[in-house]
Amino acid sequence: MKKYDSQLFELVKKREIAPDIFDFTLKNGEIAKITMPGQFVHIAIPGMVLRRPISVCDVENDCIRIVFRIKGEGTRTLSQAKIGDKFDLLAPLGNGFKVEKGKTYAFVGGGIGVPPMLYSAKQADRAYAVLGFANKDAVILCDDFRAAGCETIVTTDDGSFGIHGFVTDALRDIIDKIDGVCACGPIPMLKAVAELCRENGKPCQVSLEERMGCGIGACLVCACKTKSGDGVEEYKHVCKNGPVFNAEEVVWNG
Amino acid sequence: MADLGVSICGVRLNNPLIAASGTFGFGREYSEFYPLEALGGISCKGITLQPRLGNPPPRIAEGKNGILNSVGLQNPGVDRFISEDLPWLSEQNTAVIANIAGNTVEDYCQMAEKLSDSAVDMIEMNISCPNVKHGGVAFGTSCESVGNITRAVRERCKKPLIVKLSPNVADIADIARSAEAEGADAVSLINTLTGMRIDIETGRPILKNNTGGMSGPAVFPVAVRMVWQVKNAVKIPVIGMGGISTWQDAAEMLIAGADALQIGTVLFNDPYAPIKICRGLSDFLDRKGLKSVAELTATIKPW
Ligand SMILES: Cc1cc2nc3c(=O)[nH]c(=O)nc-3n(C[C@H](O)[C@H](O)[C@H](O)COP(=O)(O)OP(=O)(O)OC[C@H]3O[C@@H](n4cnc5c(N)ncnc54)[C@H](O)[C@@H]3O)c2cc1C
Ligand SMILES: Cc1cc2nc3c(=O)[nH]c(=O)nc-3n(C[C@H](O)[C@H](O)[C@H](O)COP(=O)(O)O)c2cc1C
Repeated sequence: MKKYDSQLFELVKKREIAPDIFDFTLKNGEIAKITMPGQFVHIAIPGMVLRRPISVCDVENDCIRIVFRIKGEGTRTLSQAKIGDKFDLLAPLGNGFKVEKGKTYAFVGGGIGVPPMLYSAKQADRAYAVLGFANKDAVILCDDFRAAGCETIVTTDDGSFGIHGFVTDALRDIIDKIDGVCACGPIPMLKAVAELCRENGKPCQVSLEERMGCGIGACLVCACKTKSGDGVEEYKHVCKNGPVFNAEEVVWNG
Repeated sequence: MADLGVSICGVRLNNPLIAASGTFGFGREYSEFYPLEALGGISCKGITLQPRLGNPPPRIAEGKNGILNSVGLQNPGVDRFISEDLPWLSEQNTAVIANIAGNTVEDYCQMAEKLSDSAVDMIEMNISCPNVKHGGVAFGTSCESVGNITRAVRERCKKPLIVKLSPNVADIADIARSAEAEGADAVSLINTLTGMRIDIETGRPILKNNTGGMSGPAVFPVAVRMVWQVKNAVKIPVIGMGGISTWQDAAEMLIAGADALQIGTVLFNDPYAPIKICRGLSDFLDRKGLKSVAELTATIKPW
């Protein structure tokens, strides 16, 4: 069995779950079977030279679920797909969060960084979901996290839904109850989460984004600067070494 | 069935398609899709005398029909290439081409020496990298410097030597003649064209390096023109590349004058492109009643 392949997926379910945010269910049993939490798919968009990387939100039977926000032309084209359309996905790619048995994790997501946490959160024996959004309209997937058995805490920047504040405010309140943190979201949020974890001696894993080429580690464009224990800096690659990295090894702004 | 095999500087390739340097790493990642013998050869990621970190990200930007990259030659260095990557690569039944880049003429010479005693089949000298501050493209832009570096490396290189040409020059045919005159066994072209993209909201270039090298379908017509001009200027084999993404493109590049081809950017969209291109090319040769790729090379009938 191949570790990853480029194969056709059929769009079987599609929903706009918030303004400009789409929830797609794509069918391909062979690939769905080998897809692990926290991995991503690389989608060929007709007419575009580069594929678009999107995280796996969930896996159900022979389908992969992705949730994406319209950013530019590629995601806009994708959002216009119709049920029955077929897409070429290169998948599954990358390495997800390491979730150990018997431990309690906080899955921290910010905005469009929330979807990649769902399938991972399902793997944990005990999980908190700390989900941050700009405002009430942008809130997504809370029910999915609750259904997955997560103690779910929602924050909004403007207080229009849930707790008024940032995810770090909510995370601080539960940090003593957890063994580790898994996070995905904008860089300033990830930095703040990583700092809070460091202060409290909790291991923190972060899922990063970078502009990508091949998706499999051959072209070396999606670089992320990392530092090893002995201080040696190098560029690792989001597609092959990531997208999940231990927060301590990431050189932010590298 | 036509024979897709080609011979370049005495090295037999299974077919005319070589993976372009920098787009295929050292082959391992793509071997997940198909045995690498599906390719005529692999031009490895550009290597330098010492390991290089490469440039800060973002290292890639997209344009209509093309991409820009500014990887900056991230690589483990020639010694680790020879000890860690080459043993595996040389067992894949495909020609292995080491692509080398340096800051000084002496860097190139030392790498050529080290690689001369290794299992690589050919050496491709990249004197046209636009993404490094010292050396890089500077070696490739004047006939004098191309002549000098080719002569120096030729003396210390025991493998067939391919000189990879930059399109960022006034007259690429002149440059090719200088390489041939000083002992190049083949030329390959084109490397990337220097380009730039800017985020209009922030006024910032997309690439952290500000500028980068352009490749992909958008450069194809430029590459075809240059391959044609170079073929008319030299007798040594010409390896054509730049934007090839279909078997029709491959046929066109061969007709323009290429003896073999390299493909890069198309792999990012379709890792199976080499297999599809080979199949299409084979059918085309049959339809045209040609028995080999060589019978198609340089059959252009210019007006
Ligand atoms: C591992 C990974 C997982 C991701 N998961 C999700 C997800 O689950 N949901 C979601 O909505 N988005 C996700 N993204 C971001 C998503 O890839 C981009 O929003 C998308 O590529 C934008 O394409 P576009 O054509 O719409 O935008 P444009 O801005 O027009 O794209 C231009 C180019 O830049 C690249 N690009 C732009 N923004 C990003 C970015 N943030 N990250 C990487 N490349 C970018 C595009 O791929 C394209 O090559 C993920 C990115 C990575 C690297
Ligand atoms: C990401 C990337 C990295 C590259 N790295 C190298 C390199 O290390 N050495 C080199 O000679 N050419 C390098 N190139 C140039 C290609 O080998 C090739 O000349 C160019 O991309 C044109 O072919 P294409 O349009 O088929 O990609 C690189 C190209 C890309 C896209």
